[in-house]
Amino acid sequence: MERLADVVGVVSTWAIPVLLVAIPAYGFARKVDVYGAFVEGAKEGLQVALRIAPYLVAILAAIGAFRGAGAMDRFAAWVGPLVAPLGVPPEVLPVALVRPLSGSGSTGLLADLMQSAGPDSLAARIGAVMTGSTETTFYVLAVYFGAVGIRRYRYAVPAALAADLAGFLAAVAVVHLLWSP
Amino acid sequence: MALVWFLLLASAFASAVVDGKMDGLTQGALRGAEDAIGLVIGLAGILALWMGLMRIADEAGLTRKLAAALRPALRRLFPEVPRDHAALDAMALNVSANVLGLGNAATPFGLRAMEALQTLNPHPRVATDAMILFLVINTSSVQLVPATVIALRAANGAPAPTEVLGPTLLATTVSTVVGILAAKWLARLGRNRPREEA
Repeated sequence: MERLADVVGVVSTWAIPVLLVAIPAYGFARKVDVYGAFVEGAKEGLQVALRIAPYLVAILAAIGAFRGAGAMDRFAAWVGPLVAPLGVPPEVLPVALVRPLSGSGSTGLLADLMQSAGPDSLAARIGAVMTGSTETTFYVLAVYFGAVGIRRYRYAVPAALAADLAGFLAAVAVVHLLWSP
Repeated sequence: MALVWFLLLASAFASAVVDGKMDGLTQGALRGAEDAIGLVIGLAGILALWMGLMRIADEAGLTRKLAAALRPALRRLFPEVPRDHAALDAMALNVSANVLGLGNAATPFGLRAMEALQTLNPHPRVATDAMILFLVINTSSVQLVPATVIALRAANGAPAPTEVLGPTLLATTVSTVVGILAAKWLARLGRNRPREEA
């Protein structure tokens, strides 16, 4: 298990620096106009940020009201005892529950969690790992099946949700393994 | 999502009535709205950096290279799709664009894959096993670097924003493997029963 922690740590530390150098180097070797390509992609990144802005306002205002009114404390007090034995902090549940429904919604909830509990709290770390390891399941199914006129999804929803649940539980396990006090 | 959003607000109101915390509700909502814009600014730079880098990777042909590497694995996962069918190419390109975090580039490939799979479908309104498996792989997320999450951590002042990279890779592998196993298992269950047309 310590070996695993070492490997995971090395990946985390080295991934970005290596990609930051290797990708432009590879592009250069393949005679890509690396600067022009970068700027084009960066433009798209800014558009993404701008596009999610109204969603973030909607979610952060609602969750801010929820928290400010004391409803989050109430929720944590009710649900906490049910999930605590599994090592799941109750604060991360809203992120996990909204994740399959809405990408910008869960991004907003994760941002709120990082702000209220601290980015390196157990709950925020679980939320971060879980968010990165799953997708907006219902949205993807609706778009892709809808595009070709599929009406009967058969077992698509249970299979996809099984994957989401596995991602969540794996996130809980690995975060505890690496950072549990 | 509309329901979730409304429930958040409604339960906030109910809770505020019970606890007499109307001020808290108002302040929380206003602060949340204000924070959202600061967050967008914090996110924008990092997202731009990452997507710029990924655009270079794409133009250098990395997406196609990765797709070629993925093809043999996909062929084994989708034995019912003929070897040279267009669906395999489109699925490989979709998965590799997702691995690189090129969401916008991935969607057209994914839609093309669905159209190609639809040509193999005897019942056009009913999902096939291959379609479901493809979407499960897609929704279990195979992204190499979760740029938004890292940007969020950086924007919230985490001392080591990329610390979650390794754990995320581990968790996403687990979710994808479990999704594939679940889809394969449910497909076998379904095969024992005749499929009716919708």
